[in-house]
Amino acid sequence: MNAATTRTVRTAKKAVARKRTSSRLATPVEKKSAAKSAQAKRTKPAAAAPAIVHVPKTLTEFMAQAWLMEVEAAQRYNEFADAMEMHNNRDVATMFRTMAGYETRHADAIMVEMGWTEFPPVTPRSGDWPGAEGPETAPGDAVHYLMQPWHALTLALASERRAEAFFVELARAANVDSVRRAAQELAAEEREHVELVLKWMKKVPPPDSDWENDPDPPRDMD
Amino acid sequence: MEPRTDKPARTGAPPSRRREAGAAHSISIALAGSGGSGVMTAGTLLIAAAAKAGWYGLMVRTSGPQIRGGEAAALVRLGRHPVDTLDDAFDVLLAIDWQNVNRFVDEIPLTDRSVVIGDADEGAAPEVFTRSGARQIALPFKKTAKDIKGSWTNMVALGVAGALAGLPMGALETALRESWKRDAALLDANLEALAKGFAAGGGIVGVRSIPAGIPGRGRRWVISGNEAAGLGAIRGGIRFVAAYPITPATELLEWMAPALARVGGTLLQAEDELASVNMIIGASYGGVPSLTATAGPGLALMTEGIGLAVGAEIPIVVVDVMRGGPSTGIPAKSEQSDLSFAVSGLHGDAPRLVLAPTSIADCVATTQWAVHLAETLQAPAIVLSDQFLGQSRAIIERPADIAFAGKRVTAAANTPDYRRYADTESGVSPMAVPGTPGVVYTADGLEHNEGGTPSSNARDHDVQLDKRARKLERFDYGAMWADVEGDGDSAVITFGSSTAAVREGVARAGETGARLRLIAIRLLAPAQPEQLAAALQGVARVLVVEQNHGAQLFRYLRAMYDLPGKPASYHRPGPLPLRPGELAKAILLWCGR
Amino acid sequence: MSDAIVTTLRTAAMYKSAYKPIWCPGCGDYSVLSSLTKALAMIAVPPEMVAVVSGIGCSSRIPAYTTCYGFHGVHGRALPAATGLKVARPELTVVVTGGDGDGYSIGGNHFLHACRRNVDLTYIVMDNHVYGMTKGQPSPTTEPDWDSKLSPGGTGVRPFNPLVIALASGANFVARAFAGDPNGTAAIIAEAIRHPGFSFVEVLSPCITFRPEQRAWKELAHPAPVTATDDPARAAHRIMTDDGFNIGVLFAGRRVPYPIPTGKAQCTPADLETEFAP
Repeated sequence: MNAATTRTVRTAKKAVARKRTSSRLATPVEKKSAAKSAQAKRTKPAAAAPAIVHVPKTLTEFMAQAWLMEVEAAQRYNEFADAMEMHNNRDVATMFRTMAGYETRHADAIMVEMGWTEFPPVTPRSGDWPGAEGPETAPGDAVHYLMQPWHALTLALASERRAEAFFVELARAANVDSVRRAAQELAAEEREHVELVLKWMKKVPPPDSDWENDPDPPRDMD
Repeated sequence: MEPRTDKPARTGAPPSRRREAGAAHSISIALAGSGGSGVMTAGTLLIAAAAKAGWYGLMVRTSGPQIRGGEAAALVRLGRHPVDTLDDAFDVLLAIDWQNVNRFVDEIPLTDRSVVIGDADEGAAPEVFTRSGARQIALPFKKTAKDIKGSWTNMVALGVAGALAGLPMGALETALRESWKRDAALLDANLEALAKGFAAGGGIVGVRSIPAGIPGRGRRWVISGNEAAGLGAIRGGIRFVAAYPITPATELLEWMAPALARVGGTLLQAEDELASVNMIIGASYGGVPSLTATAGPGLALMTEGIGLAVGAEIPIVVVDVMRGGPSTGIPAKSEQSDLSFAVSGLHGDAPRLVLAPTSIADCVATTQWAVHLAETLQAPAIVLSDQFLGQSRAIIERPADIAFAGKRVTAAANTPDYRRYADTESGVSPMAVPGTPGVVYTADGLEHNEGGTPSSNARDHDVQLDKRARKLERFDYGAMWADVEGDGDSAVITFGSSTAAVREGVARAGETGARLRLIAIRLLAPAQPEQLAAALQGVARVLVVEQNHGAQLFRYLRAMYDLPGKPASYHRPGPLPLRPGELAKAILLWCGR
Repeated sequence: MSDAIVTTLRTAAMYKSAYKPIWCPGCGDYSVLSSLTKALAMIAVPPEMVAVVSGIGCSSRIPAYTTCYGFHGVHGRALPAATGLKVARPELTVVVTGGDGDGYSIGGNHFLHACRRNVDLTYIVMDNHVYGMTKGQPSPTTEPDWDSKLSPGGTGVRPFNPLVIALASGANFVARAFAGDPNGTAAIIAEAIRHPGFSFVEVLSPCITFRPEQRAWKELAHPAPVTATDDPARAAHRIMTDDGFNIGVLFAGRRVPYPIPTGKAQCTPADLETEFAP
């Protein structure tokens, strides 16, 4: 019974490759100079090129994979939105709900473009991501109950960048024309998303320096 | 630094009414907000400032089910006299935001004389609060804090609340300074926010004010019931504690962990309550006064162990910080519903001590007394505290040191013909401490003869049952068994955290001319028929008041005592506290006025 | 072994109830809830045929977040309740959930005996090395030097090794999973449910509130370098010498599960009277 094991092999390898800080939030939360470095990074894709585990052989297979990526990203954003609502972080809850909406629209667009109804005809495989989860799925521990809208956008930015990098690599690795073209198109779309998020970030104030400060102690329940 | 003077008359205010008696000397403020808004901290600082200004006060916490970031409210009552209970309603509800604050509507009753203050940017106050007819005011909490770089919204709220309470600014500043643990540079910003809030609060008129006075001369403490019980235990001589976390007792154990170490004691974290109770029995068998603290579900697990302590005559103290029951119940809310269980929940004929502190301050003395009694009588003592006492903070006078004269009677080395369970007159037989030569014995939960050897013999069983009952019944507990106040032919009997609300209810009812006695029982088991008879001299009727569904104290008293007339019961379960007004009404109805 | 993501996406939603979890944002348990519902969808068992049994703690809140039958019992006693349920109603799929405090501390005794009894149950422990719900006390898997209010300076006591204890006690399936890999965890849980006898899955599920340093687990978790074995001694040796972060199925045994009587009556109560006739 090795499917579970082999899937997690990739998880681990990619995990080791990524650099993480030990700060409260994972990578998406950057220091105060983040705005500046975000500017600098604008024209470049994400730093580390993801290793492509499985190269789809048909367009159908590839688009099913892309569809799954959007759906999983939407699920994660909805989960975040629920958690934020439960913790009275209304503004961020709304943002995550909006992001979930965008991802769902992207997934629906793929369905429409491919002429599919309800679900792709081919089953995409979850084990074919470079990391443990889809490149566009925000990591489950990258949130904080006091996070501010700026943090949510940083998360989204990182997700879109990862997605773009994934498609760029896939396009490079693809050996079927239709797949390569589709990958390039989707890479370009993700690039647009990156730009949109950057634009959105301009309208949102940077977080307060003590954003994660909660003077009150935790409550015990059961 | 000056005490606030009385407010000038103003126009547009609701017509003044005859104030309810007893209410004029305090002000009640609720601070509410959601995660990160820091209302608990603001409430804590408000209490600290009041203490510095020589006032008394009480703060009760309440919150949603989230561990962090949930909606929360600090319910504060301040006054010139000791405050041990919440009032009927709040004079001020101050909300930093309204997210899910409507959850607290039952805990924050308002009247048309109340003031509801919210942030203009957070929307209107929920209808559940405004339907009281309370006056609504909007203040820019968030904006004020934002305009002062590095300051927090809750400091603005604190300032407003402090001004409304009539606290001197100096006390608020000092409280903030002394509590400040973060970057010194931010302190000034927050002092400024505090000042801005204070100024804004000063501009609000029509809130009840308490007459100002001079700061008290006594030594005041700010303490929670859990901490007070821990201190009482250490004063009583406890030097071994076994701990298993459970809401709402965990804080008592967490306070004791370092405190006990400092006085040379030990705290051991156990794997569960079965282990905890047996650990303290073991340590006590070894000669060290021992204690554990738990809540209802944990006490349920400990019963077999407590029975062992009864049978083997080993002193232990178990603090039960009562919460909503039965079963998992309502863990973060208070209720007085473990009484029946405490007084009778052991298999066999198993007499034990049951005590209940009557206030946060009384947690010190009652727990200390419980240790003293357990050690003297070589029996288990259950101390019935509850979530309201345990997790609320009060400003109290420093509790006086009480020297209890008694202690564990131990066997001298090489006592000839030593019998551990000798049938003495008092029922207390000297206990050999391991390490003492010549008086070795085996402690046993099995019924035994005087020497401790297991026995199924009828006479031995009789002798030992009598001994274990007699030692508790014959002991002279003195005046601490209950607080008896007032005079008259109508007596109100209660216990535990309800005492303060009953006392205030009795006082208010008394203003109509009713002559009422209050009896707050501190020693629930063993029953004290002679003492109660003395306390009920001249009483024609009794009303028993308690916070549980099954009228547990009422039934217990009727079973164990002769009560005059037709005893009446006023009871309701948690999670909401009994309030003085409802009790005053019930009392007046009951005594026919 | 199904990899039908489309099916699981459609049907995983079927197993999630409308109640939103109260867990702190970022808690590993969100991922485990997802994994559990995905696993149930992969197995395609109807929600009403599944019972999720728990004790007390943050992770024990899971039953209400599913559309399965739920049992939120008392602290540490989920396993006996689940055992009673499964033996009385063997056709149900019984999943037991809880945390390390609930399961290994107060529940420790029941853990030993549930493994020994080897009833066909699946026990998922969300291990975050802390008592979360009571605000941060050490648990049996906490490092000995972890400072806390209740045990200042650390307990000084060796942490519990639940996987080896499960093996030694008789569990038939032992796996370690990681909340940072929800799909991998889903596959492990599905396999655990399918495997006969007592299946134990320890999920490393970080508590970001009381153990924020556990974010580092995503760097440390890695797949077990060997495939599952059916030899308990070999599995035990591997686990006792691993780094605590080997992810995967570590033991899939062939121990005979507890034989649950069929429940078919062979006689009537009246027939029992014959023994009393002299």
